[in-house]
Amino acid sequence: MEKNQKLRVTLLTGRTIEQGVGKERGKSSKEYLESVSVCYMDPEDLKRLGIKEKTNIMVSTDYGSVVVKALKSLRAPHPSVIFIPYGPWANVIVNPETHGIGMPSFKGIPAEVEPAPDKPVLSLEELLVEQFGKKSK
Amino acid sequence: MTVVKAVTCPVCGSLCDDIELTVEDGRIVKVKNGCALCESKFLGYNSEHRLLKPLIRKKEELVKVSWKEAVGRAAEILAEANYPILYGWSSTSCEAISLGLELAEEVGGVIDNTSVVCHGPSILSIQEVGIPSCTLGQIRHRADLVVYWGSNPWSAHPRHIERYTAFSEGRFERSAWKGYLNKIKASIVRKKIESAIRRVFFKGKPSAPSNIRNEPPSTLQKEGRKLIIIDVRKTRSAEIADYFIQVEPNKDYELLQAFRALIRDQEIDVDTVAGVPVEYLEEVADLMIRCDFGVLFFGLGLTMSSGKLRNIDAALSLVRDLNMWTKFVIMPMRGHFNVTGANTVFTWQTGYPYAVDFSLGYPQYNPGETSVVDVLLRKESDAALIIASDPVANFPKAAAEHLVKNLLIVIDPHMNATAQLADVVLPSSFVGIEAGGTAYRMDHVPLPLKKVVDPPRGILSDEEILRRILAEVRKIKKRRAEES
Ligand code: SF4
Repeated sequence: MEKNQKLRVTLLTGRTIEQGVGKERGKSSKEYLESVSVCYMDPEDLKRLGIKEKTNIMVSTDYGSVVVKALKSLRAPHPSVIFIPYGPWANVIVNPETHGIGMPSFKGIPAEVEPAPDKPVLSLEELLVEQFGKKSK
Repeated sequence: MTVVKAVTCPVCGSLCDDIELTVEDGRIVKVKNGCALCESKFLGYNSEHRLLKPLIRKKEELVKVSWKEAVGRAAEILAEANYPILYGWSSTSCEAISLGLELAEEVGGVIDNTSVVCHGPSILSIQEVGIPSCTLGQIRHRADLVVYWGSNPWSAHPRHIERYTAFSEGRFERSAWKGYLNKIKASIVRKKIESAIRRVFFKGKPSAPSNIRNEPPSTLQKEGRKLIIIDVRKTRSAEIADYFIQVEPNKDYELLQAFRALIRDQEIDVDTVAGVPVEYLEEVADLMIRCDFGVLFFGLGLTMSSGKLRNIDAALSLVRDLNMWTKFVIMPMRGHFNVTGANTVFTWQTGYPYAVDFSLGYPQYNPGETSVVDVLLRKESDAALIIASDPVANFPKAAAEHLVKNLLIVIDPHMNATAQLADVVLPSSFVGIEAGGTAYRMDHVPLPLKKVVDPPRGILSDEEILRRILAEVRKIKKRRAEES
C-alpha cells in the first residue's frame, strides 16, 4: 500500500463530551483546548496514511488548512469520514456558505488529510495570530 | 454547610431542575444528580480563567479599568456605530435578553442569537410546515418509540435519555435501562469469546476491517420502549440504542423521503437508500406506524448537513404523515440552556425569533440577509457586542475575520478566544449560579434559574451590565440631540 499519501475524506464537526466538559471549565482551559485540537479518524485510514495515533496531520478544505492531532476513533468503522470537535481549529476549515438562510455548513465538507509530523499544533494564541493577525494579547 | 435543592442546571437545553448543590463557605463543593457537563460547570466555573476586572484595549494591550470607564466606552462604541451587531444571548437569562433587545432597538443594530448557527433552519421549516409537539413530561410517561436523528444525546444532552425518554420510568411506559444493562453484559461476554477465538485460531491478528454496514433490525422485536438512533457516525448514543441506522453523510433527506414513501405503502424500486437496505427501512417504518406514541428528536446532524432546512421540512412532514396512523411528535434538541428562551423573548418583543435588524428603526427579519454570519461575510458591521458566546471559536473563519476588525465588546464570565481579541471586556456573573433569572427548556417550559452563591466581589450580572450600557447609550443620544 502506498504510504504517506494524501487522503480524500469527508469532514464532520460536532460535539463531544470531552469538549462539553472542557468548555464549562472555561474556553481558555487546557482541557477545552486539548479536546478541540484533535481529529478522530478510522484506524484503517491512519494505516493508509502510514501514521500512528497522536501524529500531527494537516487537514485542508477549500476554505483553509489546519494542523491537528490524529486520534483513533473509538467508533469505527467509518472509512474516509473524519471528525473534528467544534472549536477554533475546526472553524478554520469549515464552509462559510450560508445558502441564503443564515447558517454555514459545519458537516459533510470534502477535505484532504496528510501527515504533518513536523508541523506543530498551534496554541490558541498562535492560531488567533495566524488567522486574524493583530490584537491578540 | 447548606444543601440547595431543585436547582436548574444552566448547561444544556434539557434544563434538568433536580440538581442538589452542597455549599460551604460560599463555594459549591458537591453536586448531586448532575451529569458530567453539569458537574464540570458547578464545580469548575470559578477557574483561573475567570475574568475579575473590566478590561479595555489601550495600545494593543488589554488593561484593567473601572466599571464606569468600561461601560462608558462600550456605550460610546455602540452609540457611534453605524451598523452594530449584538450577538449571543442563548446562555443568559430571559431578563437579560429582554434588555438586549431594547438596546438593539436603541442603537439601530442587528440582534441575533446562536440559533442562527444551530437550529435556525429548523425554525424556518417550522414556520412553513408547523410542528406537532408536546412537553417532555408527556414523552417521559407515554412514548413507546423514541428516535434521535442526527443527534448524540449521550454526549450533548447526557441526561436526556434517562430523564425524558427511553431510560426514564414513566407512568405508562417502563424504563428500558435493565434491558440495556443486559445487552452490555452480553456484548462484553461476546467480545471476550471473540477475542479468545482470534487468539487461538488467528494468532492475535485482528479480523478484517468491516465497512460501514447496517444490520437487520431484529433487535426491534423486543417488548417495551424502543430506542432508535439515526446518524452518520456510530456515536456513544448509537451504542446504547436498540437499533442504529448509519446514514451516508449528506443523505438524510433521501432517507427521510424514503420513510415517507414507505409509510404511505409506496414501493421503492432500489435496494438501498443512503446506504441502508430498503427491507430494513420497511421494518422500521412498520414500527413507526404501529407504535402508540412516537417521538422524533432531531439535532444538528440534520440542520447542518446538506439540505439544511429542507431536511427539517422532510422530518416535520414525515411526522405529520405518521399522525394519520398514530400519535407522533417531533422536537429539536436545543443546545444552549436558554436558546429556546432567546427565540421566545425575541419573538415577544420583535415578532421574530432571531436575525432581527433594527437599522431602519423597526424590526426586519430575513435570515440569509439579516443573520449575523451573512452580515459579517458582507463585511457590513462596524461594531459588535458579544454576550455569553464565543463566535471567534464558533464561526467559520471568513466570518470571524470581519468580526475581529469591528470594535468589539465582550460580556462573559470567562476569558475566551473572542474576549482575547476584544476592545472592551465586561466580566459577568454566572446566571443560574451567581445570579437568578428565567430560562426555557427545549419543550418551551420556563424554569427559574437560582442564585446559589455570591459572585466574586465587583462582578455584575449580565442584566445589570446591559442596564448600565443602555442607560449610558440613552444619555449619549440625549446629549447629541441637545447639541444639534
Ligand atoms: S443533561 Fe443538560 S441540563 Fe441535565 S444535568 Fe446534564 S448538562 Fe445539565
